[in-house]
Amino acid sequence: MDENNREHKSNPSIKGARKGNVKRDGGQFKRNTGYRKGSNGNPPYKANTHYRDSSNFKSNRRPDMFPGRKVLDPRLRDKYSWGEGVNMAGVRKRSWTRRKRLENKEARVKEAEEEAARAEVLLTENTGLMEANEGTYTSHVAQTDIRDSVDITSATKSFDLKLDQFGPYKMQFTRNGRHLMLGGRMGHLASFDWMTKKLHCEINVMESIHDICWLHTEQMMAVAQKKWVYIYDNQGTELHCLKKLCHVLKMEFLPYHFLLCAGGEVGFLSWLDISLGREVIQTYTKKGRLDVMTQNPYNAVICCGHANGTISMWTPNMKTPVATVLCHAQSLRAIEFDPSGRYFATAGVNREIKLWDARNLGESMHTYRVGSGASTLAFSQKKLLAVAMGNVVEVYDGVTTGAMNKPYMRHRCNSAVTGMQFCPYEDVLGVSTYSGYSSLLIPGAGEPNFDALESNPYLSVSGRREAEVKALLGKVPPELITLDPQTIGQVNVPRLEEKLEAKRKLMYIRVPNIDVTPRYRMKGKSGSAKKFKRKQRAEGDKKREYLKEAIEHRDNLGLNKMKKKKERKKGTEELLDRFKPKTLS
Amino acid sequence: MSIKNIKVISRNPDQYLRETKNDIHKVPRNYNPDLHPFQAVREYKLALNAVKLERVFAKPFVGSLTHPEGVTAMCRHPSKLSNIYTGTVDGQLKLWNLPQKNCEWTVQGHSGQVWSIISAPDGQSFFSVGNDKTIKRWSVAAALAGKNDLPQDTWLSDTIITGISHHRYKDEFITCGERVLLWDANTKSPKFSYDWSTSGDRNEASAVCVKFNHVESNLFASSDHANNIVLYDVRSKEVKKLKMTLRVNSLAWNPMEAFIITAGSEDYNCYSFDIRKMDKERRIVGIHEGHTSAVVDLDYSPTGKEFVSGSYDKSLRIFRVDEARSREVYHTKRMFKVNCALWSADNKYVLSGSSDHNVRIWKAVANEKMGVMRDRETTAINYAEELKRKYGNFPEMRRILRHRHLPKSIYHAKKEHEIIKNSQARKDYNRRKHSKPSKEKAVSRAKKAVIGLQDEDYSGEPSRK
Repeated sequence: MDENNREHKSNPSIKGARKGNVKRDGGQFKRNTGYRKGSNGNPPYKANTHYRDSSNFKSNRRPDMFPGRKVLDPRLRDKYSWGEGVNMAGVRKRSWTRRKRLENKEARVKEAEEEAARAEVLLTENTGLMEANEGTYTSHVAQTDIRDSVDITSATKSFDLKLDQFGPYKMQFTRNGRHLMLGGRMGHLASFDWMTKKLHCEINVMESIHDICWLHTEQMMAVAQKKWVYIYDNQGTELHCLKKLCHVLKMEFLPYHFLLCAGGEVGFLSWLDISLGREVIQTYTKKGRLDVMTQNPYNAVICCGHANGTISMWTPNMKTPVATVLCHAQSLRAIEFDPSGRYFATAGVNREIKLWDARNLGESMHTYRVGSGASTLAFSQKKLLAVAMGNVVEVYDGVTTGAMNKPYMRHRCNSAVTGMQFCPYEDVLGVSTYSGYSSLLIPGAGEPNFDALESNPYLSVSGRREAEVKALLGKVPPELITLDPQTIGQVNVPRLEEKLEAKRKLMYIRVPNIDVTPRYRMKGKSGSAKKFKRKQRAEGDKKREYLKEAIEHRDNLGLNKMKKKKERKKGTEELLDRFKPKTLS
Repeated sequence: MSIKNIKVISRNPDQYLRETKNDIHKVPRNYNPDLHPFQAVREYKLALNAVKLERVFAKPFVGSLTHPEGVTAMCRHPSKLSNIYTGTVDGQLKLWNLPQKNCEWTVQGHSGQVWSIISAPDGQSFFSVGNDKTIKRWSVAAALAGKNDLPQDTWLSDTIITGISHHRYKDEFITCGERVLLWDANTKSPKFSYDWSTSGDRNEASAVCVKFNHVESNLFASSDHANNIVLYDVRSKEVKKLKMTLRVNSLAWNPMEAFIITAGSEDYNCYSFDIRKMDKERRIVGIHEGHTSAVVDLDYSPTGKEFVSGSYDKSLRIFRVDEARSREVYHTKRMFKVNCALWSADNKYVLSGSSDHNVRIWKAVANEKMGVMRDRETTAINYAEELKRKYGNFPEMRRILRHRHLPKSIYHAKKEHEIIKNSQARKDYNRRKHSKPSKEKAVSRAKKAVIGLQDEDYSGEPSRK
């Protein structure tokens, strides 16, 4: 015991081994002394180096080479960063308490960032991957090969559905990746748990289906039919008919805002709050058919692609687009944002795919040429880009770094692709075509570790209910949709334009209309003439006062329009100065 | 086959689902910021919810203790949280058990109104003074037993006594009335009389309130009908006398900062003084506004950070010591003029005794949840508090946080006073504008409320050293 205590005292730098633990586990550590330096080529664990054989303990004692906690990778710190933080240079030195408070807050933020970054080692699952033998390419690997070489559970995730009666089909996964909805143009609507292949409902709406969209849970789905948008529950029961949304071609659901956004045939873009059933706003885009539409998951801005090759970004708070970009020389076929919302890809009819930085719309990052015009795009959580051209689906890796020359994977479907989406938290790409649906295994596509508080594929019924309530309580009001969602936490600094406008207003002072009603006075003093005079005088006084104040304010700001004339010092002018040539002063 | 190495995501559901129904659900986390979009706006929304919920749960009224007559005096037991003593207009004294809201002992203590009650610091007895010119000492033990209707001790005075305050340690107490008297509890006649009539008229100079400082225990203060606040020291005969423009009805010492005394004034405001600077112009460290009628009674919270004031406008307000605006207004439809206010020793409750025969018990924090809370609940409440701190100054949140429903009378009176205040300010401004710059100067409200220290030269009253 005494020995243990000594050991402990001599090794105060051991982390994670508190005093009590050391005492209790002392014997166990000693039993592990089989670890010796270089015994099997590997250095022994750090903790055990301190607990060598007690006989040669003293001779082997070495200082701790890596004191303190493990040094954090700066890239990891960047990944979990909350932003720059407060600029302390702007805080007055004398306001000591405020400075201290801010410093404490910054320290706490920093600690939170660091702890989040350190928690990354606790993630249990690993990203998928695929390597090909030398001399071959991964793009040559067929789905059958993959199915043969992965485990049975994963192999069941690759399957085909032959649905050749009611096509072409649209498809969508839920946000947790557990459920799949298929909607055929000829009215076929089906939703099922695609992992267990358990069917929730299958109906024919007896109308054409143009688009489908899951709402906040797998309990509700919105379907854009021939004329109106309908909402069905997971039994296929019609819950609502939204007559406000008519002739809809494309729908997007903003999960944090509970908004269903629909783009119509004639160019109307509508946002509908599904928690209240109330239309937030309907905007006439004046851009024609809105059949290419997607949302930016980073800021919930809706992005529409148009026949003239431009895209326009819309929020429910402005009647005009917040941004418009000319992307392609010809008509636009598809837009897709990556799940982080930093990048987006556009596909034009001119066989080009362009990659853009969503924060810098000035010019595209990369331009790629593909064999034929891409009709559909899909980004995976790990930034793989799937491109559908006719009945061929190609998946590219590293598109954001400019390395899209060789497809990572390639698959040929039976008929032309009409819808495509990577399944969240799975290595699966869902592809719907004219005649069915195929689920493709794309190793390395999905995020392996989900956050159960955001979206959980293994959600129980009670968990789903609780999450629904929580989500509704945290429903973000639509007024907060802006290009930069961080605006809410920032100080409002006037733009240069606004500053100039304020200055301009001060330069040309206009007296506001002043209307004074003179008080009634007795003894014949309130005749119309006297009243008028009194009124004039009072108004004149007020005007003068206003002007005086405004001019003083303007002068204080150094905006005096009339420059003061240079006063010539008296007594300095000579008699003959008037014959001097006049200079511009 | 050309595959060299392949791995796809394949989760074992057992690791993500609970084994039995009694287990808790597994919640794997991933703090990757890409999986948590809209953090700023979502937090904002949660803050807005927290702010709204605060107002939803703001139900401060706990209960009332009904008396046969209007309540005029209240005092808490120095060590027992559950006991308070009350006195009524018709001279009854009552001992209450607060958690059970029942009266444990009643006695007809005085003929005529009970003016004030004070507990002895040891908690064994308490003193009451009434309109019958007597000071009576009652045994708590006998009262709790509910048997003895006779006082332990009685002192007779030649004049009506309107206030009493006990020394923190010694067996001495101070009473006020026409004179301020220092008594030793062991003798039947006053030990010392502080006679401070400046005008010679005893009625005018009679004191209304007297309070011992419980930190600097030899210090005490009184306020009188001549609008003075007088500071005494038991050890010396010198006093400091500050003349105000209007009468001070009540005084309270800050229990944490011994040099701060707060005065509830007839001019609807409360003033906090720093007694170290009584001779300087910056003696007033805070003006607490909000009441629409005279402030009648004050009491500090044991933390010294807040105080409660009761007023003739039939409401109770809670002020933070460093803020001008009240944090809370308590009123009910039935509450009439508040005669006495008290803050409980555990800092959780506020009591008000009013002319409508009731003592009302209120929560000190209107939205506080009472009773035992679970850990999750506490965490959620702490998180909400932090959010309120962070976002509370956003205009839309501040509007909700500051809003208090007021009864019509207070609402209209408040508006009227605002008009009066603005008009006076405008008049002052105009006078300054149209006179020579040196002649008229802006006078702060803190200055207007005070005429001056007695040995300062002030008009109207003779200077006296």
